[in-house]
Amino acid sequence: MVSIDFAGRGEVTIRELSKSFALNGRSLTVLKGLNLDIRPGECLVIVGASGSGKTTLLRVLAGLETADGGEVLIDGRPIHGVGTERAVIFQEPRLLPWQTVLGNVAFGLEVRGESKAQAEEKARGYIALVGLADFADAYPRQLSGGMAQRVGIARALTVQPEILLLDEPLGALDAMTKISMQEELARIWSEQGVTMIMVTHDLEEAVYLADRVLILPREKGAAARLVEIDLARPRDRSEARFVRYREELLREFGLH
Amino acid sequence: MSLQHIDRSVVIGPQNGKAGERREWLPRTLSRAGGFLSRYGLLLAFLVLWQVSSRAGWLNPAVFPPLDAILGALWRGIVGGALLDDIAISLQRSGIAFAAAVAVAIPLGLFMGQVRAVESALDPILQLFRQTSALALYPVFILLLGLGEASKVFVIFWATLFPLLLNTIGGVKEVDAKLIEMARVYGASRLTVFRRVVLPGAVPSIFVGLRLSATTALLLLIASEMIGANKGVGFQVMNAQYNFQIPLMFAAIVLLAFMGLFANYALVFLQRRLCRWSEPVN
Ligand SMILES: Nc1ncnc2c1ncn2[C@@H]1O[C@H](COP(=O)(O)OP(=O)(O)OP(=O)(O)O)[C@@H](O)[C@H]1O
Ligand SMILES: [Mg+2]
Repeated sequence: MVSIDFAGRGEVTIRELSKSFALNGRSLTVLKGLNLDIRPGECLVIVGASGSGKTTLLRVLAGLETADGGEVLIDGRPIHGVGTERAVIFQEPRLLPWQTVLGNVAFGLEVRGESKAQAEEKARGYIALVGLADFADAYPRQLSGGMAQRVGIARALTVQPEILLLDEPLGALDAMTKISMQEELARIWSEQGVTMIMVTHDLEEAVYLADRVLILPREKGAAARLVEIDLARPRDRSEARFVRYREELLREFGLH
Repeated sequence: MSLQHIDRSVVIGPQNGKAGERREWLPRTLSRAGGFLSRYGLLLAFLVLWQVSSRAGWLNPAVFPPLDAILGALWRGIVGGALLDDIAISLQRSGIAFAAAVAVAIPLGLFMGQVRAVESALDPILQLFRQTSALALYPVFILLLGLGEASKVFVIFWATLFPLLLNTIGGVKEVDAKLIEMARVYGASRLTVFRRVVLPGAVPSIFVGLRLSATTALLLLIASEMIGANKGVGFQVMNAQYNFQIPLMFAAIVLLAFMGLFANYALVFLQRRLCRWSEPVN
């Protein structure tokens, strides 16, 4: 069993964050004056209409985009580009097709300078954690979509990040796989004690996983809303309060 | 198949086991033979038809000699050593040119594919060179390098360079940008991204270029040897025709075909070893 103590680390502070893109000669403001404190070990889920800037926010946090204004602090220090305390899980698994499951999961550690043997030993632990121990030697083309996504998750966990950034990681999966993966994510999150920041379109997923849900506004500059999900874990989707939280989120979108 | 399985599992015993094996051996051989026939049947029929037509006089045997005469000429040429010199010099010409093209095109292509400015500056001139037939430039090369080995090797080199270069560039450019971004997120340096993502991702496309180049090398080899040479398999084709040694002419043609087949087979073999990951399951 792999697990590390992250207590007190993985705190994310977002101050007056702004980001705009040049689009057809015009400037398109995507994020404007966003403030947010994300607690160490918290699971924050970001929702919002399409185009509201969820992916952009996540990419700024990952260090893949630079903000135009404001800053992002991690454990009190401003970030510059990508950093080893963060790992990203994308919507697509993004596996190297020429590497086995083991090679893919060990990739992050190898890139960071660990020996192949050491990286693979750690990788095996996380492959088991996501339930793929029998598939360590399989190539990505031999995996189902859900299995491939789990490999991507194992790869991110193997580098033992303080902060896990996820952009609709389950968006491409069928309903059944999705539910079991949500349960798996909830389990991994509680076992690993990692700060999780996740974008989703699925409000039920948001209520199932989140400590707090951040709702990005449609109009730029309007305040983002935060909804605290005060439910015991593991959560029961059919419980009345669960359903009420879901309806509350729907109302925020003006859909109910 | 399933009946045999039942049969085998019911009747257990050393003697019967042997009988069962023998019973399976025959259908397996038959099905292999069937597979062979469906793949090579038409080729065999063509060869038989050639042989029979030539022997029976339906075809003019002076133009289409029977296969045994061709194989006889090939055998005498190789065992007697008359063709060995030609094979050696042809392999040397195409080998040097091909190796030089590989040594230039792959590193250059890997570099150009990654640096957009270089690539976009060089692309128009590459396209122009590629569209200019190397054979049309052969007189220019002869003018510059003389009618000897240098111009022959160079024209083959020139023609093989471009398919390989363009495919290498294409392979690098087509490497999934999302994979590169993924590697960057894990803190990979430019060199690591190149070594772990770009290079392996470009390998399949590089092999497409290698196979195209090998075919081109052979084509230009033959052409250049026909134009101004006194040795080489391509020269032998022309020379035998002048001297009306038609079986020898066909023997040289067969030799060229086998050189092409062998080069392609060797590259496919290498590709299988290097790109095992992209092979379909079984
Ligand atoms: N690289 C870019 N260049 C120009 N505009 C961009 C770029 N990336 C994003 N945008 C614009 O920023 C806006 C927000 O995009 P973003 O991808 O963050 O939205 P999103 O909330 O993730 O949407 P979705 O739910 O559809 O994924 C969009 O209008 C998009 O056109
Ligand atoms: Mg998005």
